[in-house]
Amino acid sequence: MKYFNNPEKLWNLVQILLQGLQVTGRIFLLTLVLSIPLGMLVAKGRMSRLAIVRAPISIYIYVLRSTPLMLQVMFIYFLLPRILPFNFDRFTAAIVAFTINYAAYFAEIFRGGIQSIPVGQWEAGQVLGMTHAQTFFRIVLPQVCKRVLLPVTNEVITLVKDTALASTIAVTELMSLAKKHVSTSSSIEPYIIAMVMYLIFNGITEQVCRLVERKLNYYQ
Amino acid sequence: MLLAKNIMKGFGELSVLKDISLTVNPGETVAIIGRSGSGKSTLLRCLNNLERVEGGTIEIDGQKMVENGVYAPDRELRRLCLKMGYVFQNFNLFPHMNVLRNLTEAQTCVLGRKKEEAQTYARKLLQKVGLADREGAYPYQLSGGQQQRVAIARALALDPEILCFDEPTSALDPELTQEVLSVIKGLAQEGRTMIVVTHEMAFAREVANRVIYMAEGVIVAEGDPEQVFGDPRVKAFTRME
Ligand SMILES: Nc1ncnc2c1ncn2[C@@H]1O[C@H](COP(=O)(O)OP(=O)(O)OP(=O)(O)O)[C@@H](O)[C@H]1O
Ligand SMILES: [Mg+2]
Repeated sequence: MKYFNNPEKLWNLVQILLQGLQVTGRIFLLTLVLSIPLGMLVAKGRMSRLAIVRAPISIYIYVLRSTPLMLQVMFIYFLLPRILPFNFDRFTAAIVAFTINYAAYFAEIFRGGIQSIPVGQWEAGQVLGMTHAQTFFRIVLPQVCKRVLLPVTNEVITLVKDTALASTIAVTELMSLAKKHVSTSSSIEPYIIAMVMYLIFNGITEQVCRLVERKLNYYQ
Repeated sequence: MLLAKNIMKGFGELSVLKDISLTVNPGETVAIIGRSGSGKSTLLRCLNNLERVEGGTIEIDGQKMVENGVYAPDRELRRLCLKMGYVFQNFNLFPHMNVLRNLTEAQTCVLGRKKEEAQTYARKLLQKVGLADREGAYPYQLSGGQQQRVAIARALALDPEILCFDEPTSALDPELTQEVLSVIKGLAQEGRTMIVVTHEMAFAREVANRVIYMAEGVIVAEGDPEQVFGDPRVKAFTRME
């Protein structure tokens, strides 16, 4: 034992890892905030009547869901700057990779949700004079939110863990800091602390999702 | 006044409406009867732009929704369709909104009424359909008959000139049909213009000013109830019902 029998060293380590956790939290929140609306757009595109819109979006979903997220992260960090005229810093590259990956998953969840709303709801909006957009935002979307909550919760919890993949491009989030301290101290205690931090993080995430679920339980 | 001329509609190979023409005059209640599959719902849905016709003309108050199969632009179409109200067989209330909100939503976002104004009007209509005390309830908390009465009030809230019903009671338990039929009857007595697709022959006979009997996509008999129900072809149909 290198840390657990030495309160001062332990406290130091915890503080360092907490800084990593902050980065993890930032990746998590930014990815969510960006990928959920993007996923909604992608879902709408995937259901487009126009094949020119539908086809590339199907390919996008196929590629993003069929290749390892780790590979996508590295691809965006190492390869994209060679193709595109701008550089990504590590953090941005991770956000971009997670966002487009999660948008692909969210899109399919949203598509399922939208398609599960009976066509009668659209028709009711229409005969009441609403435009397509009004019907979507006022009638369909609120019902979709309730229906997709459980699968979305699953994705959100997975995302907390997937943020660890940012360590493959040396973003200094929780996982990479833990790894670093494990190798310098040749003790696995940093991993144990990191594990506890992930557990607490996801414990809170789950409670928040439950709260939303209860909020949406006012109708059946 | 609603005028439909030479409406043609099919689904793929199947031709469902074959050259249908009808007129609905102000204050009139028209009942449409006919065998299952004869095209009654399709006709009503075409009149409300829920299905696109392949040919023919539909005009309301002299304004053309579709002329010889060519539709008016979207905005114009929406404006004209607002002159029509539609009540579905299975209600299609908005499950995430309470009864009051079901009635005010389109009033505010489509007609631009103020919230208070919309609510006052909604309450008046709920009273009319006998549900004044249920404005806070969600659709799932209501019986089918109550839900259908809310749906009628929701349609009335937009002040349609013509109210259309597609078998408004056929999704209901038999003991709940009367409460809905009596609301519709009340509307007829007020002199509202209505088109009612129905399997309730007694209701059609009693309430309608005019009955249309459809078979296989054409209007076979049309006229006042006495006359239509006396027609041997209609008699053959009603015996089976
Ligand atoms: N969306 C659709 N796609 C394909 N065929 C359809 C569609 N809607 C209706 N049809 C067909 O059109 C014909 C007429 O249907 P419609 O629903 O208008 O009959 P209906 O007179 O209302 O019958 P019911 O009394 O059973 O309600 C039927 O043969 C039906 O199968
Ligand atoms: Mg029908």
